[in-house]
Amino acid sequence: MAPQVGLFIPCYVDQLYPQVGIASLKILEHFGIDVEYPESQTCCGQPMANTGCTNEVAPLAKRFLEIFKSYDAVVCPSGSCVSMVKHHYDEYFSENKEYDELKAKTYELCDYLTTVLEIKTLAGRFPHKVGLHQSCHGLRELRLASSSELVKEPFGPARELLESIEGLEVTQLQRADECCGFGGTFAVAEEAVSCMMGEDRVHDHEQAGTEVLTALDMSCLMHLDGIIRRQKKPIRVMHISEIFAECL
Amino acid sequence: MPSHPKLADEFIKDKERAKWHDQSLWFVRSKRDKAVHQLPEWELLREQASKIKSYVVSHLPDLLEEFEKNAKAKGVHVHWARDAKEHNEIVHSILEKHQVKRVVKSKSMLTEECHLNPYLERHGIEIVDTDLGEWIVQLQDKPPSHIVMPAIHIKKEEIGELFHEKLGTEKGASDPQYLTESARQRLRQKFIEADAGITGVNFAIAETGGFVVCTNEGNADLGTSLNKLHIACMGIEKLIPRASDLSVFLRLLARSATGQPITTYSSHFHGPAPDSELHIVLLDNGRSEIADSDEFRRSLNCIRCGACMNTCPVYRRSGGYSYSNTVPGPIGSILGAAHDTKANSSLPFACSLCASCTDVCPVKIDLHHQLLTWRKEIRLKGLLPLSKRLSMKMMSWMMQAPRLYQFVGKMARKIVPYLPRFLVYNPFNAWGKQRELPDMPKQSFREWMKQNHDRK
Ligand code: SF4
Repeated sequence: MAPQVGLFIPCYVDQLYPQVGIASLKILEHFGIDVEYPESQTCCGQPMANTGCTNEVAPLAKRFLEIFKSYDAVVCPSGSCVSMVKHHYDEYFSENKEYDELKAKTYELCDYLTTVLEIKTLAGRFPHKVGLHQSCHGLRELRLASSSELVKEPFGPARELLESIEGLEVTQLQRADECCGFGGTFAVAEEAVSCMMGEDRVHDHEQAGTEVLTALDMSCLMHLDGIIRRQKKPIRVMHISEIFAECL
Repeated sequence: MPSHPKLADEFIKDKERAKWHDQSLWFVRSKRDKAVHQLPEWELLREQASKIKSYVVSHLPDLLEEFEKNAKAKGVHVHWARDAKEHNEIVHSILEKHQVKRVVKSKSMLTEECHLNPYLERHGIEIVDTDLGEWIVQLQDKPPSHIVMPAIHIKKEEIGELFHEKLGTEKGASDPQYLTESARQRLRQKFIEADAGITGVNFAIAETGGFVVCTNEGNADLGTSLNKLHIACMGIEKLIPRASDLSVFLRLLARSATGQPITTYSSHFHGPAPDSELHIVLLDNGRSEIADSDEFRRSLNCIRCGACMNTCPVYRRSGGYSYSNTVPGPIGSILGAAHDTKANSSLPFACSLCASCTDVCPVKIDLHHQLLTWRKEIRLKGLLPLSKRLSMKMMSWMMQAPRLYQFVGKMARKIVPYLPRFLVYNPFNAWGKQRELPDMPKQSFREWMKQNHDRK
């Protein structure tokens, strides 16, 4: 029997980017996964945690565990929310076996595709120059790709998946894994720095010839897209799941 | 004290300068990358350095005693200072005893931390920073903006202007060679006139009672060998246990700092020269308190290489002065918050949590996690602004009630698209100043699921 996956769609994706949820669902079902979307889910608590409001996170963390503990795996199209669940919930659960299990079975979508389902290539065609934005939490907390600071063998399964798509060319950036400047409440609290960082990211992609800008995290893309549209740049923004779904 | 976002905003107003600052520092970060990728054992070195430093910080009292004993045996005068005030008084009293009127100093962030220069000047002692960068900011009457490259924020044309005014160089000259040479000449004079030399300490070795100062300009050697009095100022965390540990740190330090394989001069001081006096002032200034804290102890592993500043996307775009702290950037935000949480409560938030600092740090300090922990502390201490506290509380309530959350989302999606632009993009909407808001979709994902997906 196909494993039952609990689909974790972060609150802002649910509300603002339903197409990302739909694409994620489509991909998982395409690969024969039995997916359920538990309706009582809301938010993992990341915005509160990043602001230091841990008391406000506690009830959300406990709810999250209750909602998702019974699935074989939890899959989410957002690295930073997955990192929240895997790396920042410990203080709410002391020696809780259920939480330890949840931690081990929660995956970012591309991670699930490549490490659990062992998918290495995707069929389909996407004849565009695609710029991959390496979202920091996926990169440096979940280690979903190698970061430029560390002396390690380079790797990047999501990039490899993209490159396996016919006609798709991944662009080469000057600063391969620099932060986009979103950073949750940082985007508002440090508006000036945040926007300059975003602008620089967009500029790097422009120079590299990116036509479609993608990432494993919609939050970075929300910020970059906001800048791109304000400045009327000819770059289209798509979550990586949307590209994959188009290729099915 | 003005908050970080406010000062950062001012810095960025000069877009060209902010860009130039970002690129100058990124250049150094790139040099660092090239240098470290040539060492296959880099991660091993980091691991080792981190272990040694963690050992030091958890055995501070013993190691300090060992160091004091061995240093004294070598004829070094050892002094202990609890805080900046004591530190300055000790330095002053030594200088007074020797009737010193002129001092040359070689890079010491510790004396910046203690504001030693103005203190000594108030007591009629001339003190000259002999590192070129630090001397430039001293001529401007400003503190360093970076711990390794103190004048990285100043353009060469501005230095030409400053030198013209202070040193009488040609007007309009901006050729680095010419300016450096002029500075050298003047500094040489200062070296010759001085009666005492003050240096910092990069590594003090408990086992031998000696210490090492790393400079690129050789000015520590010049300042200390031309004089009969050498005062070394060090933070108590600068210890390493054994002489054999030194190689690990010397390999890490320069590569992380500037991408050099090693600093040009690593000067070892093991006791005074004949007919000379060597003093060491050991400063605590809040360090032992940090050493006692499980959360922040690791921040004392810092060897002050500055790599976390160079890599920090926020530092690069906001400049060192936006931190209002002797040590800026990620590590400075941690140390600043530890030193005076209230005054520095905006610093742990001057971070997008990208974690690049954590990966770049040669002694593996988990910088971004400590910054996050500081945010919690700030919340606990009641120093988080009410607006943030309230909004997070409200958000948490809403997220605990799925129906309420759905309702609010639905309303927003219904209403926002019909609002006139000026209502959405108003001065209270920091998001919308330079960014568009996402387009509101007709349906949420969960609404789509209800309509389109067969439920089991
Ligand atoms: S925290 Fe690490 S990277 Fe930053 S200055 Fe200290 S040793 Fe260097």
